[in-house]
Amino acid sequence: MNLLLLILIPLLTAVAVFMMQNNNQVRWIAFFGSAIQLILSLGLYVVYTNARNHGDTAQMLFEQNMPLFKSWNINLHLGVDGISVAMIMLTAFVVVAGVLMSWKMEKMTKEFYFLLILLSMGAYGFFISLDLFVLFFFLEIAVIPKYLLIGVWGSGKKEYSANKLALMLMTGSALVLVGMFILYFGGGKSFDILQLAQTTIPTWTQHICFPLLFVGFGVFTALFPFHTWVPDGHSSAPTAGSMFLAGISMKLGGYGCLRVATYLLPEGAKEYANIILLLSAIAILYGAFATMMQKDLKYINAYSSISHCGFVLLGIGMLTKVAITGAIMQMVSHGLMTALFFAVIGIIYERTHTRQVNEMGGLLKVMPFTITLLFIVGLCSLGLPGLSGFVAEMTVFVGSWENPDTFHRIVTVAGCMSIVVTAVYILRAIGKTAMGPLKEEYNNLSDAAWHEKLATIILLVGIIAIGVAPFWLNDLVSPGAELIMQKIQMAK
Amino acid sequence: MPNATYMMLIVLLPLLSFLIMGLFGRTYLKNTAGIISTCLSFLSTCLAFYTAYGYFFEYGKINGVYQKLIPFNYLWLAFSEGLSINMGILLDPITAMMLVVVTLISLMVHIYSLGYLKGEERFPTYYAFLGLFTFSMLGLVVASNIFQIYIFWELVGVSSFLLIGYYYEKPSAVAACKKAFIVTRFADLGFLIGILVLSFYAGTLDFNTLIQRLTSPESNELKSALAASFLGISALTWGMILVFVGGAGKSAMFPLHIWLPDAMEGPTPVSALIHAATMVVAGVFLVARLFPIFAISAPDALEIVAYVGAISALFAAIIACTQTDIKRVLAFSTMSQIGFMMFALGVSKYGGEEGLGYTASMFHLFTHALFKALLFLGAGAVIHYVHSNNMKDMGGLRKQLPITHFTFLIACLAISGVPPFAGFFSKEEILLAAFQHNQTIYWMALITSGLTAFYMFRLYFSIFWNKSYHPHHEDEHGHHGEGGFVMMMPLVLLSVGACLAGFIPFGKFVSSDGTALVSEFHLQFSIAPVALGLTGIFTALFLYKTENDKPDKMASTLRALYQIAYHKFYIDEIYLFITQKILFNCIGKPAAWFDKNVVDGLVNATGNTTQVLSEKIKKIQSGKVQEYAVYFLVGVFGLAMVFIYMWK
Repeated sequence: MNLLLLILIPLLTAVAVFMMQNNNQVRWIAFFGSAIQLILSLGLYVVYTNARNHGDTAQMLFEQNMPLFKSWNINLHLGVDGISVAMIMLTAFVVVAGVLMSWKMEKMTKEFYFLLILLSMGAYGFFISLDLFVLFFFLEIAVIPKYLLIGVWGSGKKEYSANKLALMLMTGSALVLVGMFILYFGGGKSFDILQLAQTTIPTWTQHICFPLLFVGFGVFTALFPFHTWVPDGHSSAPTAGSMFLAGISMKLGGYGCLRVATYLLPEGAKEYANIILLLSAIAILYGAFATMMQKDLKYINAYSSISHCGFVLLGIGMLTKVAITGAIMQMVSHGLMTALFFAVIGIIYERTHTRQVNEMGGLLKVMPFTITLLFIVGLCSLGLPGLSGFVAEMTVFVGSWENPDTFHRIVTVAGCMSIVVTAVYILRAIGKTAMGPLKEEYNNLSDAAWHEKLATIILLVGIIAIGVAPFWLNDLVSPGAELIMQKIQMAK
Repeated sequence: MPNATYMMLIVLLPLLSFLIMGLFGRTYLKNTAGIISTCLSFLSTCLAFYTAYGYFFEYGKINGVYQKLIPFNYLWLAFSEGLSINMGILLDPITAMMLVVVTLISLMVHIYSLGYLKGEERFPTYYAFLGLFTFSMLGLVVASNIFQIYIFWELVGVSSFLLIGYYYEKPSAVAACKKAFIVTRFADLGFLIGILVLSFYAGTLDFNTLIQRLTSPESNELKSALAASFLGISALTWGMILVFVGGAGKSAMFPLHIWLPDAMEGPTPVSALIHAATMVVAGVFLVARLFPIFAISAPDALEIVAYVGAISALFAAIIACTQTDIKRVLAFSTMSQIGFMMFALGVSKYGGEEGLGYTASMFHLFTHALFKALLFLGAGAVIHYVHSNNMKDMGGLRKQLPITHFTFLIACLAISGVPPFAGFFSKEEILLAAFQHNQTIYWMALITSGLTAFYMFRLYFSIFWNKSYHPHHEDEHGHHGEGGFVMMMPLVLLSVGACLAGFIPFGKFVSSDGTALVSEFHLQFSIAPVALGLTGIFTALFLYKTENDKPDKMASTLRALYQIAYHKFYIDEIYLFITQKILFNCIGKPAAWFDKNVVDGLVNATGNTTQVLSEKIKKIQSGKVQEYAVYFLVGVFGLAMVFIYMWK
């Protein structure tokens, strides 16, 4: 399978979107483009597992290597392993759903879809690049459109949020860039991830580089205390923007932390693991407690994202194979779940014109489909078995418990405690929104339209597929986690 | 060996019912939902009886010992080499018994609800939730893996949440369902950590292997689990205590019981199924499932089980004497009876004659499911007729509701331990087990059984005797009497069970180690409990049979005690204080404030500082060549100074 397709299809879609005359064409082109990409990513999964089942043991499959700048040794090196395949599928699901959720976007439709598709291209490119420079390039492509999406199509204090988000993510990128260059000069003048993994990087370089790269990527995935772009950014963004932001952008960070920082700099990871654990445990509990106090549905989901993404970093910081597998599963699960959550919030907001939970109530009566989804996604968020959140969190917990010392135990128990706090805020939000007496002014609300139903069902399928049958995802990503672990174990 | 397909169908048919009703119920099956679900439930029940029959009488026993069979096992999620979650079926005596209990009560409730919720707008949704619950509960009882039990444990929790909140427009129902979920969730945190602890030392999540490794004295796993300690208590004991915390939450044991009375906001048939007969005994089932580890390797944890059970039994019985909402009386009585089951396990030992408590506990679980479901369904019929939960609105209903009256009386006699009804036999065994092993608990239990008889007959007389019934709205009651065949049939069937179940030689089938236990009947031992029970009944007769002011007088004489018991010992208020005042105000609010002002403030401050600085710095870029020349010269001199200094 030619991985370039994964970049080319969004690119062509974006160009086609730009050339279309009317909004209807734009929508359908964007939908078809992203649907093809979804089919392609599912195909990639099939082809990938087939190859693995037939005994292909190479670390990366479908590799391609084309020189871009010879003098700098920058190559367009593409390749995927199970982790990337999982992330690509996640991206494809969220993009299709996001496109469908924006069906009624009337303001500058063409530009909106163009940016949306461009952004998705950045994410795809990021997940398949094996060259740090190219990877960074795609990371930036995934950030810049976001500024415009929030600044132009957002709501509330959108300028402030857009600025804040862009500046913080840019700061993160800058740290990544610096770390990358140190790595380049310290590791044999190469940006190639696979080559860097083979070379021995001096300990001091690792100790300098790791915090730069980890914090840099960590900003994307709401590492405490660099998470404050999350609530404002999410709540100001248009629905699809929030879905992309939480569903994809935050995963870019997690993937980077794992693939670049931890994998290439295992000694650094070991050195700073305890700090990561501490910060992620704080993020988990602190995010959860802060969520309890929120009244705006989008803020609730944004703060809970901080808490949930804490599990990603916790899993990575635990440095065991099971915990890392759990971290990856949590990325996929959280991506789908939070995108669905934002979609549902979008549907509700479209009709009630408020996101304040206190102003709603009893919506189950008038919007049974949407509110049923709200229940499901809420239950997924609080880790109900049968939905994806449970599988991911439990894998992280079991993996974390493998570390027998007291510090790790305390951190794990702190993480576990969030299952109670999460239940509190989720039930509070659901109880206020969906249950109780219905307000009179909401008597005539309509339920989700076809495109909204399709979008949410697509995401729901992903959530249930992981929740009911987690083994496929586990089989897909755990060999990748195993390799990372081997590298860590070999390090001093 | 049992047929795995049949056994899977027992579990999966209710799931099918959930899926059909959930996906198509609202649009296509508005009228037929109940019938379809009931048929599926009936099939499931038949298969469960078939399986139990086969297990107990055909293939279960090898050399006089009931085996633990695993007809089905599927690898669901492999964490590492030893640790994996399997979805399997473990068939042993308690599973076989629970399959029968759960499917039977579920079927009764399915049938009963056809009448009770007739004309309800969300009929299919209701049956969907019932299906989900039955599926989860069956999955829980057949679990072959401790993580599997946790998975279904959470699922029964959520089905209970959905059913309590079934009348979602009522704020009290919303509050109750949230409370039930959050309190049990808090207990599940203990369960989860307990699982992590146990699995870490045992290196497995599979029940059979886990029990085997943690009970045989030579195993390294057991040694390491006993050697590791925290605060002077071994890791194994911690693990078992934490697992029990989960069980105590689900079984509404003191002090995690506060959700159960509120859970009565759900439809009454649901209370019968979930909050009386099946889900709330999940905690007892869990302790029974892990009983060998408790009894052999962690006796300290078992001691805690015993005392928590005994305290809950007594505590709930005292409160039940003062409540006026009939469902709440039954809720506290459930808590009290589950307390009996818990401490019966707690005082038991493993194997042989010493394992009497185990058998007694399971026996009581079985009989209790029958008569408590009967009580709730009877109460449902009463509420259906009176449109009120309050005792004060009732009285003299024996004329209007003859069948309900008769079956309710049987159930009351059964729960009070009057021979020869079912409750007598199981309670006798429990008391005997307690008498043999722990005198303190025996006396607590004895008092409790006296109180039980009193409050049950207080309930009975208040509903069916006392003042004569004058309906407030005459015309409303004209159209339905007792609720028709579908509501009365389950009552009659269950009352037959409540009469006869006591004669089952339970020890032959269910015992701690699988061998037959012959329980002897001690006549002289039964005198005390039966006499106490009768005293309770006659006191209630004296106080409540006719309308009089004796109860009120008594309440005012014992004012302080009455008030405390009436307010459920103020436990709810204490919880409210902890959650509202401490969690929300002392952690939640500061966290939100900190985030808004400190963390975010720093970010904004960085932004502002940069802006202010650049505002200042930009003046340097004035475009005037003369100024640049000055900067240049200053720079050159400065550098020159540095070089000279360094060079020197």
